[in-house]
Amino acid sequence: MNTIEKLTTTDKIFKLLDSNSSNHWGEEARVVAKEAFLKQGIPSRKHEEYRYLNLELLLKDDFLVTSSKTLTCDEIAHTQVLKNAIVIVIENGKYVEGHSKITLPKGLKIIDISKASSDVIFQKQFAKFADVNTDAFIAMNTAFATGGVFVHVEKNAIIEQPIHIIHISAASESLLVNVRNLIVVEENAQAKFIESFETILPNTVKIITNALTEILVQSNAIVEHNKIQNESKLSGLINTTQVYQKKKSVFTTNNFTLSGSFVRNNLNIVLDDEYIESHLNGLYLTRNNQTVDNHTLVDHRKPNCNSNELYKGIIDDKSSATFNGKVYVRKDAQKTNAFQSNKNILLSDDGTINTKPQLEIYADDVKCSHGTSTGKLDEDKIFYLRARGLSEASAKKLLMHAFASEVVEFITIEELKNYIETKISERFE
Amino acid sequence: MLTIKNLHASIDGKEILRGINLEVKAGEVHAIMGPNGSGKSTLSSVLAGREDYDVTEGEVIFNGKNLLELSPEDRAREGVFLAFQYPVEIPGVSNVNFLKTAINEIRAYKGLDPMEAKDFLALVKEKQKLVELDGKLANRSVNEGFSGGEKKRNEIFQMAMLEPKLAILDETDSGLDIDALRIVAGGVNKLKSKDNATIVITHYQRLLDYIVPDFVHVLYKGQIVKSGTKELALELEEKGYDFIKEEIGA
Repeated sequence: MNTIEKLTTTDKIFKLLDSNSSNHWGEEARVVAKEAFLKQGIPSRKHEEYRYLNLELLLKDDFLVTSSKTLTCDEIAHTQVLKNAIVIVIENGKYVEGHSKITLPKGLKIIDISKASSDVIFQKQFAKFADVNTDAFIAMNTAFATGGVFVHVEKNAIIEQPIHIIHISAASESLLVNVRNLIVVEENAQAKFIESFETILPNTVKIITNALTEILVQSNAIVEHNKIQNESKLSGLINTTQVYQKKKSVFTTNNFTLSGSFVRNNLNIVLDDEYIESHLNGLYLTRNNQTVDNHTLVDHRKPNCNSNELYKGIIDDKSSATFNGKVYVRKDAQKTNAFQSNKNILLSDDGTINTKPQLEIYADDVKCSHGTSTGKLDEDKIFYLRARGLSEASAKKLLMHAFASEVVEFITIEELKNYIETKISERFE
Repeated sequence: MLTIKNLHASIDGKEILRGINLEVKAGEVHAIMGPNGSGKSTLSSVLAGREDYDVTEGEVIFNGKNLLELSPEDRAREGVFLAFQYPVEIPGVSNVNFLKTAINEIRAYKGLDPMEAKDFLALVKEKQKLVELDGKLANRSVNEGFSGGEKKRNEIFQMAMLEPKLAILDETDSGLDIDALRIVAGGVNKLKSKDNATIVITHYQRLLDYIVPDFVHVLYKGQIVKSGTKELALELEEKGYDFIKEEIGA
């Protein structure tokens, strides 16, 4: 019975996407990806990497793949958190130039991904990093993506303004969006990105977004990638970030999951050269019936690299959070420093946290550590603050804020930092 | 100001305080001394409202109010201040921000408007001088990475900011070298007035050279077994706690 249902979900989704597919950019990759998708199928709960998620339930609705709703400027305005940024708006899985605010500085190129096929760099780098045979959602996305952007930062260019990619969807009927971005930061270049995810929808339908961003960080380049996941109720997000780093590059990702009923993050970083630095930071604040699942993979392939990972979560109500962090240190990757930490605060008796740090080390001269902790708010700290006149509620608020702020501190865009701080404060009101 | 009558308290079913009686009036400094395990810290915790302890008998009246019925924050708002023996480190919570919240919640309790930002900053500046607290420490996370002496100075700084009616100093001298002890004691002395009172809890007499008590009480096995003036502290220092044990025939 289960097998039949599983086939049905996969087949149903495939049929839906395939019959509506009019996109031919990246055609070569699409053909391979379709096969890979069918071969893997929508993962069931028996799949080791998806055991805490009920995807069949999530995908059982009748979905459309294009929305009849278009967004007004007002609806988009609140998502623009920075006064001074290059804004790329992607609506219902497609780049909308009219809503974007782009004044290109020297060294930066932004192209609608569906029109990027003639670009030489795009041809060379598109779909080269996220492997369709490793994950069904990578395969689905590669086979059926409807749009997105290709961002190229030229060699030696320093882009001062943050580049904000806003993914926003609106629907009156359930919608399945496959959106795809490629970011290439060339040698010795620097850029800061924000990707935010928002949805506008009535309480009767859902939007599932399968978003994939590939990021190539060439040698000596420095890239900061911030993600704000702030979707409305009944929204589901499967968000893959696939990063490939070259020699002496520095990549930092800060991931903030603030809302949305279902969020799955797959963050995969390959350190394929020497003297690379990678920083992975995440904060998830969950409540109600939310499910947030962070899977990270740091693949140390060469010697003398550093990776640092800190994921923190505050889990309330009946929500559930998963942290699954893998660090591979391959045989050649001597002198690797890899650190990983996952800390959680459980506020309710019904909340769940599944945490699974995994280190797989095949080199013998490395420094690696991982740690995880889950607990309630510290009673001694609460008492200390109350003994100074703070109410129990303000004491807890202050402590939760302090716990969360450690992750916020990694953001180097001051305005974004303030925005996230405000969001966190509002959350604990 | 404070009247403790026949106070009994226990933790996990074990009775620690076994009938404490104490009267503290405005303008007075009381020292409570006693050997380890006599119940000194339990007394301060019970007065501050730590919930781990069960009060099984007795009452505590503070300025006409039944203190034991108040939450820890309301005790603070009524003017009780506990300088902790082991101040906790709170990473991510800035010292001044937390004090600002504390002051404004106390003001709200009294029906007052929040303090103006510039008045608050002026107050911080004035009070940190009192305990020679580095401006940088005032702005750092609460006690995070502070030395033992800095933590104790920070307690007195907070006390100076909150201007309590009754300050309870729980072994504030422990872990302090003589210079830090002088600074801390100097701060406490400058805050003393005819309207407030201080309870100094200590194992050793040395602190009392700097904060001179009007009364000295000896706590032993959960009861005050002897009271006197500052000379009692000197006698204790000289003869050790054994003389009390002998005297009461324990």
